[in-house]
Amino acid sequence: MTAHKRTDGRTATELRPMIAKVGVIPNADGSAIFSFGDTVAIAAVYGPRQLHPQHMQDPSTGILRCTYDLLSFSVYDRKKPGPSRRSQEISKVTEWALAPAIDLVGFPNQVVDVQIYIIQADAGTRTAGINAASMALAHAGLPMKDLICSVACGKLDKDIVVDLNKDEEDFEGGEGPTDFPIAKFATSDDFTLMQLDGMIQPERVKEVLEVAKEACKEIYEVQKKALKEVIE
Amino acid sequence: MSSMESTNLTITTLKRMFGEGKRFDGRGLLDYRDIVVTYDVSNKAEGSARVKIGKTEVIVGVKLAPGTPYPDSLDKGNLMVSGDLLPLASPRFESGPPGFAAVELPRLVDRAIRESHMIDLSKLVIKKGEKVWTVMIDIYPLNDDGNLIDAASIGAMAALKKTVIPELDENGIVDYEKKAKKELPVSEETAPISISFFKLGDAIILDPTREEEEACDTRITFGISEWKKQYMINSCQKSKPVSLTEKEILKMMEILPEKFEQLNKKLKKFL
Repeated sequence: MTAHKRTDGRTATELRPMIAKVGVIPNADGSAIFSFGDTVAIAAVYGPRQLHPQHMQDPSTGILRCTYDLLSFSVYDRKKPGPSRRSQEISKVTEWALAPAIDLVGFPNQVVDVQIYIIQADAGTRTAGINAASMALAHAGLPMKDLICSVACGKLDKDIVVDLNKDEEDFEGGEGPTDFPIAKFATSDDFTLMQLDGMIQPERVKEVLEVAKEACKEIYEVQKKALKEVIE
Repeated sequence: MSSMESTNLTITTLKRMFGEGKRFDGRGLLDYRDIVVTYDVSNKAEGSARVKIGKTEVIVGVKLAPGTPYPDSLDKGNLMVSGDLLPLASPRFESGPPGFAAVELPRLVDRAIRESHMIDLSKLVIKKGEKVWTVMIDIYPLNDDGNLIDAASIGAMAALKKTVIPELDENGIVDYEKKAKKELPVSEETAPISISFFKLGDAIILDPTREEEEACDTRITFGISEWKKQYMINSCQKSKPVSLTEKEILKMMEILPEKFEQLNKKLKKFL
């Protein structure tokens, strides 16, 4: 249990309410929307399709290409449209988080484009984006080894908590806030995203992984349910 | 970094050798090459350092200039880290807009330094809410033979330790020519550095040469420092589309403090 009361009254291991819906963009080959509380991410998958520019083509496999960004009105101070260094980095780590789960060997020289945008931001945007994108890839019917589930764990002073909201990200005092976004295969303990900002003792990383594993089980159920709904 | 792809032969050979705990240059899998730090790369910078790790060489300069504080931190100075992978340093680097590696390198150094609270930004206020010092760290590799991020983080940390705050004249204009004596408020205890683990097959190695780095499947970089007598991880980023198992991550957590301690001992004579 946390010594610091969470701002929205959640327990340490309680996720914000999740909403997931698949098939939200009719034009796309796969699409989904995923939210953690006030954070809302939408993702579309286009492809496999011919990859341009041609020099990026790989004759041994298809490639995954991800774009992540905040929409201008998703944050209080309007975000200037267009890629920033932050969004370039998140696009790349998202790509790295999703690629291990998807097998594009059958699509040489092709690309699968994943477009992820944040409609409303309240912390945990990259993890919500990855959850949406993972569902969208499955919805597109691409060969996947597993779904990818993602959650931002964290540490507020000495307490390990799951799914930080914006107020908690800005927490002050003691060891401060630590933001620790993680993604993993839904059904195995293979981690595909690990980032961190803040301060945490190396020996406490194990606890964080345990919390992430439990949270990802819940996220997986929400993702599966949404994917089944679209088939029925 | 526009990478040249490793040949299958290199990858199989390295995989086999790493499996036997061997490397081309005779090091153990977790050994760093020799590290040398020198200072005063440019006497126009407020602080600067040159780091050599084997044949990898990086220079880092720190400039200070008065600026306006960010709206969410009116009582703190600003920190900015940038840099470029100049084509000077490697046939693999190309001119033109920065590739992802050139974006990622300064961001990782930024987070390792910022989150460790090595710089006391609250002491860099000139006039509260209006004018603060902006600390600008710029990183340029001179020769890339692998493990640039670790080299750059050591360079940034070392340069900051030797950084002085320039004098302001009566009108509040910076006089860069006047010899400055006031040191940048940096923590004595905290010397953040980054330690990057690389994985090839089942083997985990540290401080790869360029050839080894390119053959590896994935990299995970940790920024680590000491804070109130405890080791603290301040930043982390896993790269490349390959996963890490829980076991591998926990093994790194064991290696990390030991390595940090070892590196600190090596670096002590230079700081």
